[in-house]
Amino acid sequence: MNMIYLLIGCSILLALLFLLAFFWVIKSGQNDDTFTPAVRILFDDEVAEKEIEISDEDHT
Amino acid sequence: MLKENVTSSETHCFHCGEDIIVRQYTHNDKQFCCSGCKTVYNILTEHNLSNYYVYNKIPGKTQSKITSNFDYLEVTQVVSKLVDFEDQFRTIVTLYIPAIHCSSCIWLLEHLHLLQSGILQSRIDFLKKQVSVTFKNDEINLKQLVQLLCSIGYEPLISFQDIVKKGQSRKTERSLITKIAVAGFCFGNVMLLSFPDYFGLGDFEREFKDFFGWLNLSFSLPVVLYSGKEYFVSAWTNLKAKRLNLDFPLALGILVMFLRSAYEIISQTGAGFVDTLCGLVFFLLIGKWMQERTFHHISFERDYRSYFPVAVTTINHGVERPIQLSDLKTGDRILIRSHEILPADAILLKGEAEIDFSFVTGESIPVKKTLGEIIYAGGRQLSGSIEMEVLKPVSQSYLTQLWNNNAFIESKKRIKTFSDTASRYFSIILLIIALSAGIFWISTDPSKALASFTSVLIIACPCALALSSPFTLAAVLSVFDKNRFFLKNTSVVEELARINTYVFDKTGTITNPNAAGLQFNGTIIDGQMQLISDLARNSGHLLSRELTKFIHKPAIYSVQEYTEKIGRGISGKVNGNYVKLGSSTFLNLPLKSSSSGSSIHVMINDVYVGFFTIRQQWRNGFKELMLKLSIEADLHLLSGDHDHERKQLIPFFEDSRKLHFEQSPQDKLDYIQQLQKEGKKVLMFGDGLNDSGALKQSDLGIAITDNINNFSPGCDAILDGLSFHKIPQFIQQAKDGVKVIRMSFIISLMYNTVGLYFAVQGLLSPLMAAILMPLSTITIILFTSVAVRLFAHKNKLL
Repeated sequence: MNMIYLLIGCSILLALLFLLAFFWVIKSGQNDDTFTPAVRILFDDEVAEKEIEISDEDHT
Repeated sequence: MLKENVTSSETHCFHCGEDIIVRQYTHNDKQFCCSGCKTVYNILTEHNLSNYYVYNKIPGKTQSKITSNFDYLEVTQVVSKLVDFEDQFRTIVTLYIPAIHCSSCIWLLEHLHLLQSGILQSRIDFLKKQVSVTFKNDEINLKQLVQLLCSIGYEPLISFQDIVKKGQSRKTERSLITKIAVAGFCFGNVMLLSFPDYFGLGDFEREFKDFFGWLNLSFSLPVVLYSGKEYFVSAWTNLKAKRLNLDFPLALGILVMFLRSAYEIISQTGAGFVDTLCGLVFFLLIGKWMQERTFHHISFERDYRSYFPVAVTTINHGVERPIQLSDLKTGDRILIRSHEILPADAILLKGEAEIDFSFVTGESIPVKKTLGEIIYAGGRQLSGSIEMEVLKPVSQSYLTQLWNNNAFIESKKRIKTFSDTASRYFSIILLIIALSAGIFWISTDPSKALASFTSVLIIACPCALALSSPFTLAAVLSVFDKNRFFLKNTSVVEELARINTYVFDKTGTITNPNAAGLQFNGTIIDGQMQLISDLARNSGHLLSRELTKFIHKPAIYSVQEYTEKIGRGISGKVNGNYVKLGSSTFLNLPLKSSSSGSSIHVMINDVYVGFFTIRQQWRNGFKELMLKLSIEADLHLLSGDHDHERKQLIPFFEDSRKLHFEQSPQDKLDYIQQLQKEGKKVLMFGDGLNDSGALKQSDLGIAITDNINNFSPGCDAILDGLSFHKIPQFIQQAKDGVKVIRMSFIISLMYNTVGLYFAVQGLLSPLMAAILMPLSTITIILFTSVAVRLFAHKNKLL
């Protein structure tokens, strides 16, 4: 049963890592703007768009 | 469907969607309303940025405004105040751009590097309407950057005030979230470690009990010392000032819980209340976060500094030089270009002044001034450049000296909220019960005395009580938000429920600045109207545009011999008739003192036909609103205008003595103060800078605006003009909100009574506390949000 000590220690350590990661997220300001990134990700990359067009033509 | 698209692209500008009045701006088969829109389109297509028009149909904003002069952005002191970071190679600057409104804006402004290679990166914060640009110093400077932004239709609003304060609120919010994270982390772990004890441990698992206890205790340390620190600080400072606020029983509860848990764990007599303790702090902090959540994209603290320019051009021996506004002295000669704001009271020395005072008074019709006349600060020059001599420094001007008043220096004194009053009695009763329970057990069974004393303080810890207010008010706030009524913070709701006197500004507040109707005085036939409309179509002047809109006829004739005297009138030959439109001096008429503001006189073939007058239109639902409000409240009117509309307004106000005209900004402030001295709770509705003093002095100042992103003076709440008629509903909702808080107080008191029943007998177990506390909290959260929504349905706000 001594294994439990180790397991609990590990689980707390892991949880602490997540907490630290959250601190880092807050500090780096990733949560300051929760709206714009959601829109930004929908924009097509210019270069990528052209490549897709070319590959589409290849298929047809 | 296809047909519809075709017609819409024919009559609306491809860039901004405005109606096309003059059809002369075409490019690539696309129609534009003005050369500004066309230029933006040209720039964007040249740089392969036409995707801008793909993401949204009509992404642009109308470009008819004349671009400002940005010479002052080369003055080092100004630049150093504006930029966030600067070294030898790069500069980072954050600019506020009111025109940001759709995903196309984000896309375009984040691809600035395609327009100018000197720009390294640009990032948008959409909700705050800010763009943060990093650029190379040797390729582009701040002035060029701003000019580039203007050229594509995104003129930044540069002022010192908004930029100085940024970042501060973000820091406190971040620290609160960190505290919540710590409390939540500890709460989760402690709950897991406490379960075995709650469910009962087998004999051979006993050895873990101490281990879990010590772990729990160590988890509670950061919760008490870090996350819960503020409750101790607040309770202590209030106690020193001989006040009992709700933080006192909270801090006491936290402290007692911690000490008793520590004692039980160290002495191995029990499991302690660590679980309840962590949960309590976690929920409390969430309540606090709900309360402090505000609208970052709306500024409530604006004063004249946000709207006055950063710098002004002075003329010294014929040399133009931009200087910072704060360096402006009496006697300086300044140059105000078209569409610039006059920053200080000054005498007109040269040029034709046509001043738009809409920032100040809400009046959208420009006023003409003659040489030698004093023009007060805050007006925007519309036609051509003017030269002026400064009479008073910026801070001492007629308008701005308002901000030296006490109302702006002291922060508003809020009356005690319901929870403040309630918590005082609560704290006293709680202490009495705890002490009497302890004393009772000392005389009967001393071993239980300490246990029952601490149990009472633990179980009665007013967690649910502390949460009922923030959760109710936050729910009310979000209901208001959906109806385009934006409150500065949650305490405004309780204030709103208490108001019994309403004071209205006139122009722009109860009248609709966008729907100023015209009225023709005289006799005219339809054919003549057609001539007037075709002539007015050629002018970009505000009144001409209004006129074309008012007559609402399609263009038939073209105009020959068209002339326009800026600010005076227009003339031309339409279908063989010589038509003249304009002021009485322009038509060489004998000067008539027209009683109701601006008028446009009409002359056709040298025969005087009559004149158009501007008729103010009340906002939608104004009559019904006044009727409803007058039933239980006192209504007053404070207008800066002349009293030519007194007669129309008298029916709305029960007493003509409550109508006041020609009020200066200071008069308005004093009037509110007078009402308050009579013991009234005053709500002020205003819209211009001249109402700022009254808005600040009143118990609750509401600014009315037709565009939330446009100017609004410092206030407690901002109301969209479209929701003007909903004011009685908002007030009812605020009253209902206070009712909900009271009901939830009763519910949480019931939970407390159940807990107390066990606590005074010394029978409170950690498990009971661990169930009761979250249960009461969740009940309150559910009850408040459901009840507020139900009331909102009843008040037709949802």
